[in-house]
Amino acid sequence: MPLLTPQIQDENDYSLVASLDNVRNLSTILKAIHFREHATCFATKNGIKVTVENAKCVQANAFIQAGIFQEFIVQEESVTFRINLTILLDCLSIFGSSPMPGTLTALRMCYQGYGYPLMLFLEEGGVVTVCKINTQEPEETLDFDFCSTNVINKIILQSEGLREAFSELDMTSEVLQITMSPDKPYFRLSTFGNAGSSHLDYPKDSDLMESFHCNQTQVNRYKISLLKPSTKALVLSCKVSIRTDNRGFLSLQYMIRNEDGQICFVEYYCCPDEEVPESES
Amino acid sequence: MRCLVTGGNVKVLGKAVHSLSRIGDELYLEPLEDGLSLRTVNSSRSAYACFLFAPLFFQQYQAAGPGQEALRCKILMKSFLAVFRSLAAVERSVEKCCISLGGRSSRLVVQLHCRYGVRKTHNLSFQDCESLQAVFDPALCSNVLRAPARVLGEAVLPFPPALAEVTLGIGCGRRVILRSYQEEEAGPSCSCLHRQHRQSHGDRDEPWGGGFPAVAGPGRGGHHFLPQGTPGTPELCGIRKLVSQRSLRCTRPAIFAVKDSLLDGHFVLATLSESDLHSPAPRSPELRRLVPPLQAHSTPHLDDFANDDIDSYMIAMETTVDSEGSRAVPSTSLSPGLRPPCSPGPYSEDNEAEASTQPGTPPPKKFRSLFFGSILAPAHSPPGPSPVLAEDSEGEG
Repeated sequence: MPLLTPQIQDENDYSLVASLDNVRNLSTILKAIHFREHATCFATKNGIKVTVENAKCVQANAFIQAGIFQEFIVQEESVTFRINLTILLDCLSIFGSSPMPGTLTALRMCYQGYGYPLMLFLEEGGVVTVCKINTQEPEETLDFDFCSTNVINKIILQSEGLREAFSELDMTSEVLQITMSPDKPYFRLSTFGNAGSSHLDYPKDSDLMESFHCNQTQVNRYKISLLKPSTKALVLSCKVSIRTDNRGFLSLQYMIRNEDGQICFVEYYCCPDEEVPESES
Repeated sequence: MRCLVTGGNVKVLGKAVHSLSRIGDELYLEPLEDGLSLRTVNSSRSAYACFLFAPLFFQQYQAAGPGQEALRCKILMKSFLAVFRSLAAVERSVEKCCISLGGRSSRLVVQLHCRYGVRKTHNLSFQDCESLQAVFDPALCSNVLRAPARVLGEAVLPFPPALAEVTLGIGCGRRVILRSYQEEEAGPSCSCLHRQHRQSHGDRDEPWGGGFPAVAGPGRGGHHFLPQGTPGTPELCGIRKLVSQRSLRCTRPAIFAVKDSLLDGHFVLATLSESDLHSPAPRSPELRRLVPPLQAHSTPHLDDFANDDIDSYMIAMETTVDSEGSRAVPSTSLSPGLRPPCSPGPYSEDNEAEASTQPGTPPPKKFRSLFFGSILAPAHSPPGPSPVLAEDSEGEG
């Protein structure tokens, strides 16, 4: 982007510089976690992680690895700031969110450090837009302590199989109950709404099932209102990994292929609904 | 009750549910010996719809378990509709659908067997209910209109979906006219069917040919019709549109029917009171403007949409002579064919009371209420001569 270079100060002044030929490779992923207004961004030399949380119960992380960017420089070990995600997305799609074929919007993103705004230079067809978005004090994000060694059950599904299920979830049900089991029903999604209950069963030998590793029967309930936003990521993804650990915490990992065929990941963590009183826990 | 639907019939079932959902909020499901019946009635009881799926429609059909009495139930339309919410998805992925009622669960269980072995089970809560039935007899209709459902569907398409009412009339010549009325600057829009129109008495006893055209309702003068065709194709949507969004102006209910060897559907719709046509309702001046005074009385009444159609003009010339209605009620001057050639009939008394309308108020929508009742409680005989009357067993006023 030679046009932009004169406006940019010495690159050493910036703690983060990232440029991208196709801004949609970033905006699409961010949209997948856009269920709250604000997001926290962490940049390391490996890439950027953007985190959105809700109700101290659900956390979504989008990982955009350094390889997605054409240029990616982080001066410090890690750069952290909080930003209004809605505004960031508005800026990223300032040339329109569904561009005409053949035209790409390029992005150069610079951040000078704590207290400075995030600068966006967007260019399409020789037109440059400069956006400055104020950054905010980063907040501490939740640590779900979801460790793969504690994972009890793990299923990888083709997203196609879950897409319809999630879009048709009975939202009159307060919870989504997920059953994972080495025996029947293997993998079951249940809702308990006004109209009655619904169960969706996936056999373990289904063509949708990429892998099935269930060691122990687990039945957990999750607030449907917290899980529903993950539909955004599900729609974009090609595969989804569903894991539960020994505490019943749920991890949903979505594999998303961008327009250039590169792979990005979006991850949702959700804690289970409190157990029913009978169990005296 | 247990039945199994497979293949494309699942979508047909889904479509039927979608079209029923346009009418009522509750679905009455009743397994009968001659098939599974799905019925609904709207809250004001001015519209009723029913489908009867013949046992052949199903791969397996069992109205009642051995030694059991067939159960019937009433469920929320919303919850049943949710099962078939996306017809595209149903078509794409559902291979079989199993509906069962009774058993231990005291739930209506709808199970969808989808691609990749995925199985969706819906356990829907239901209420016991009495049988919902509307008493009507298409054979008593004095006017019958049959057309391929597609023709009717296409005729309705140009009307905006939010349109509150549409007038169906038999125009001069062999034409069926669908006409809307809007108070705004936009004038009425019309849709005209030239084909397949067979009028009244001569045809009314004609047996309903399989898969052929549409039929029409009671009342003389031709104000309503019953589409007949093979649903499961877009036709059903057309009919659904027709019945759900448009009411027909007529004194007596219009019956829309679809029929083929596997299923049978009836939509019975109340129509607006005929007195609208006679009263000095606010629409009258508008309509008068549309039909120049010269034409309003006896000259061949060209419908404004057919001015350039010589053929229809000629036909109009030939056929309007006997339309005595054109003299009887000159003030409203819909094209004469739109009015019945006879007196309003047995309903005229009560219409008169309601007929006076304040200028400037919207046209009165006097729906002829249908009275639905249970066949279980035929306590009172239907009042009046209407072929569509039955009492309501649930004591609903």
